[in-house]
Amino acid sequence: MLAALTLLLVLQLIGEAFVAYFNFPVPGPVVGMVLLLVILFLRGGVSPSLSQTTQGLLQRLSLLFVPAGVGVTTHLALIKDSWQAIGLAVVISTVLGIIVTAAVMTVFIRTRNNGDG
Amino acid sequence: MDKVANVWVYLSANPLLHLTMTLVIYQIGEWLSQRSGRSPFLNPVLISVVSLSFILLLTNTDYQTYFEGAQFVHFLLGPATVALAIPLYNQFQQVRRSAGALAVALVSGSAVAAGSAGFFAWVSGATPDIITSLIPKSVTTPIAMGIAEKLDGLPSLTAAVVILSGIIGASLGPPIMNFLGLIDSRAQGLALGVASHGIGAGRALQINETAAAFAGIAMGLNGLLTAALLPVIWKSIF
Repeated sequence: MLAALTLLLVLQLIGEAFVAYFNFPVPGPVVGMVLLLVILFLRGGVSPSLSQTTQGLLQRLSLLFVPAGVGVTTHLALIKDSWQAIGLAVVISTVLGIIVTAAVMTVFIRTRNNGDG
Repeated sequence: MDKVANVWVYLSANPLLHLTMTLVIYQIGEWLSQRSGRSPFLNPVLISVVSLSFILLLTNTDYQTYFEGAQFVHFLLGPATVALAIPLYNQFQQVRRSAGALAVALVSGSAVAAGSAGFFAWVSGATPDIITSLIPKSVTTPIAMGIAEKLDGLPSLTAAVVILSGIIGASLGPPIMNFLGLIDSRAQGLALGVASHGIGAGRALQINETAAAFAGIAMGLNGLLTAALLPVIWKSIF
């Protein structure tokens, strides 16, 4: 467990350092995630201890958003002024995103099946 | 009574109080969500954020004081984001056969979700910091907050709208797709993951396992893709 947690922190640290050094516009932990993905592909699998530790962390992933989410209390005035814009943008873009993704995927699956048959 | 007040003053300045409060309230939210059969409206994060915000306002506690306790939870976001590589790796093996279709659908859906969020916010007169907080709203929360920070948005507003997008997509998505005749479970799962990240993936699990695997990979790849491309595109336009 300690080894797995250390691996995650080391990769995050490398990610953060990389981002800071090259002034790279991607969040440091995401660079760490890509590094881990590369390691997994090279190794050809996830070790049981890494799998166990991360399962514990990822099962309660949504807890980790709570402290940041409570930060909305610091922007209440701003939200009060633009809640209509926020609401409109969130509802329309979410529904459009779903329709476009599902439609494009359906069309591609159908064309490929026709080609096969 | 004075004694109680003294204890309160002592505890409220101690990180232990707000750390414990965060964990207890989250578990109450989790319990309510489970009892409701995982209804997207009773999302544990939503319940926790709303209740904690009310408590802070009622007790006149400022966010900095709260965060001194809550930072121990917040810190784990970084390593947890790195750990997202593991489900992504596992799901990758399952969806290989549809990789081509998946890639095209993912890129178009992701671009439409982010682009239309920015466009409609801009049209309805939102300020630039609100617009940049809204654009990453379909991406899983830890990555979305990182992107918002990179774009000079407000990460905490992003956290709130990400959860909102999850709830809206998970509740409206399946009936809309069924109505439009988009009933392939690979397509439904992918769409839920692209637009509604983890909350959508939770909903996809109720459709079937295929939908859940596609939702999982969609959530991971969308996060990766948006984090890699959005800040670059944004900075080249503005």
